[in-house]
Amino acid sequence: MATRDTDWDGVRLHVVTGKGGTGKTTVAGALSLALAADGRRVLLMEVEGRQGIAQLFDVPPLPYAERRIAVGPGTSSRPGGDVFALVADPESALIEYLQMFYGLRHAGSALARLGVMDFATTIAPGLRDVLLTGKAAEAVRRKDGARGRSYDAVVMDAPPTGRIGRFLNVSAEVSDLARVGPIRGHADTVQQVIRSPETVVHFVTVLEEMPVQETLDGIAELRALGGIRPGGIIVNMTRPMALPPGQLHEAANGKLDLAQLAIGLKAAGLDDSQGLADALATELAEQARTTLGQEEQQQRLESARQPCYRLPWISGGMDLAGLYRLAAALREQKAA
Amino acid sequence: MTGRSPARLDVDRLIDDRRTRIIVCCGSGGVGKTTIAAAIGLRAAEHGRRVVVLTVDPARRLAQSMGLSSLDNTPRLVPGVQVGDQADGTGTGPAGSLHAMMLDMKRTFDEIVEGHADPDRAAQILANPFYQSLSSSFAGTQEYMAMEKLGQLRRADEWDLIVVDTPPSRSALDFLDAPQRLARFLDGKLLRLLIAPAKVGGRAYLRALNAGFGVVTGMLTKILGTQVLRDVQTFVSALDTMFGGFRERADYTYQLLRAPGTAFLVVAAPEEDALREASYFVERLDTERMPLAGLILNRVQQVPAAQLSAARSLAAAEVLQAAAPGRPRPGHHDGPSHPAPPHRGRGQLGADHQAASRQLTIAALQLHAERMAQAAAERRVAGSFAAAHPLVPVAEVPAQPEDVHDLEGLRRIGESFAAR
Repeated sequence: MATRDTDWDGVRLHVVTGKGGTGKTTVAGALSLALAADGRRVLLMEVEGRQGIAQLFDVPPLPYAERRIAVGPGTSSRPGGDVFALVADPESALIEYLQMFYGLRHAGSALARLGVMDFATTIAPGLRDVLLTGKAAEAVRRKDGARGRSYDAVVMDAPPTGRIGRFLNVSAEVSDLARVGPIRGHADTVQQVIRSPETVVHFVTVLEEMPVQETLDGIAELRALGGIRPGGIIVNMTRPMALPPGQLHEAANGKLDLAQLAIGLKAAGLDDSQGLADALATELAEQARTTLGQEEQQQRLESARQPCYRLPWISGGMDLAGLYRLAAALREQKAA
Repeated sequence: MTGRSPARLDVDRLIDDRRTRIIVCCGSGGVGKTTIAAAIGLRAAEHGRRVVVLTVDPARRLAQSMGLSSLDNTPRLVPGVQVGDQADGTGTGPAGSLHAMMLDMKRTFDEIVEGHADPDRAAQILANPFYQSLSSSFAGTQEYMAMEKLGQLRRADEWDLIVVDTPPSRSALDFLDAPQRLARFLDGKLLRLLIAPAKVGGRAYLRALNAGFGVVTGMLTKILGTQVLRDVQTFVSALDTMFGGFRERADYTYQLLRAPGTAFLVVAAPEEDALREASYFVERLDTERMPLAGLILNRVQQVPAAQLSAARSLAAAEVLQAAAPGRPRPGHHDGPSHPAPPHRGRGQLGADHQAASRQLTIAALQLHAERMAQAAAERRVAGSFAAAHPLVPVAEVPAQPEDVHDLEGLRRIGESFAAR
């Protein structure tokens, strides 16, 4: 099936995290499209109950069931594969778990009435997380007689960077809860999937101080845990800087040649070239300062020594077309 | 497309009004809520209020911007605040002050336990794995403890204005729901059932539920094991005898939020997702009859050369590109365009100069067009919000070219609250 080399060949579970506001869900969606090229089958999973995937793909709210929501970009040689979506919530996952392992088919609603579900999924240490990661692990491992694995890849829109280590470190989390027993066994299976070479954790960020710091902290945290692989750093919403590097510092320090700008504007047939030149120089100066700050953040990211990808800013708001553009950018850079 | 612009939110009037005692900043993650809370706190302090800012964000840079190496669970005095006379230049203003603290939810919870139980009991609770889970990772604990801390600060009465930055919940609404949810959970039927065996006798209604209870404990034992059930029972009965009124505490803070003197500010960036969250929040506050002061629209794109439209700007850039001796690239707005270096030869000085001028101007015009387009997109989403919520006053905070590094940066944000 592998028709081209990517940075993550052999990876089946892509966990996507990022600080709030960096576009984590959007990037997870774009990544699932990119992975679905070449006829591959991909599951995009949401675990925080926000219905972000439904909004992103412009479909009605999604249930706890795997629904086909999009088709990946096709190539001349083969059509794009299907992208399925699943909104996993811990209560449904628990009910499903009880059905699968204990045959407790109708117990769910009785338990919910007594508050057992609420109890189990909110307070039992780590149970909530093991149910959600467990669902992803199940989808990764699931077999479908005819075609081997049910999915070629699973993409998880995971909790934000600040919580990712705890979320994925399932075994340690439930160790207080269950030293032996079925939950423990379940957690160990999940942990095998998460700590296998088939799983990586991608970090979505923008080139600002705080998201970059959280990314670096998150990667360090995963490394400290051992066995959980950090994946790519996906820098989202980047814009090209129109100025050549040489003029960047000049512009940032307000030392641009205003006369040059005024002459250029006049040549372009714009009136009031002097006043306009002043205002445009201010815009350039602000932009240059932002760019210099971003370059500094980019360098900090590179210190993490993980593959770095850049996604363009999509002007005019995110829509399906924009999502496919991001998917193409990910493929060009061999992120998928 | 057009439509009436919404009323302007007068933040200065809000912070100058001595009856305002609590300002709650809420909104989805990544909109700059913490920075706004700090900027409001600073401005209020420089307007003579005695202010404490309660943040939940462990951003070191923010602490540093306030001259503190780090923030912790105790309010620290922020140095460098220009008090009273320095700020307004009249020499008559009252002396304000600014304190800042960061919520440590586990510490706050531990303190409640330590304050309400004898040392042995407290130690027993603190060591219980379920307590540790509840106090450090329960989805609503941070919100609950933020409210608890707010109540404590209010009761301490050392400050005349408390600015609260709400936790970065996955959804803005968690902040209102979580305390109630935690209280409901801790006072819940299930927990009553679980602690029943620990009590002598057992009440009638419990006996009636006994059959069901057997099924439940049987199942929990099956899934979790007996040790777990014992831990839960110890934990719950300990909490139960310690203080029976989690719900009352939650109700108290809830009432505090509704009391006169509290004002909610919803913070959003001019983006669709953030404004959708803001919309939910505005509607929810309305349903709960919570006092919404208005919306702060943060990071609004400013365009100094707004007189030049995006279309004219791009057209002008095209004119210059067409005039270039190097071949212009089509689709210029996809990226930077650097005309080929001019040939060395006769009159090269003039040609160099012309090329440089052209290149700079093209860059400026393309950048300008982009900024105009973005500003238009922002106005469009802000306009949709205003159309849906015409009665919500709005204050805009301009996008800053760089991250906020110091008090000066916070002050600059605060200045955008000044009446214009």
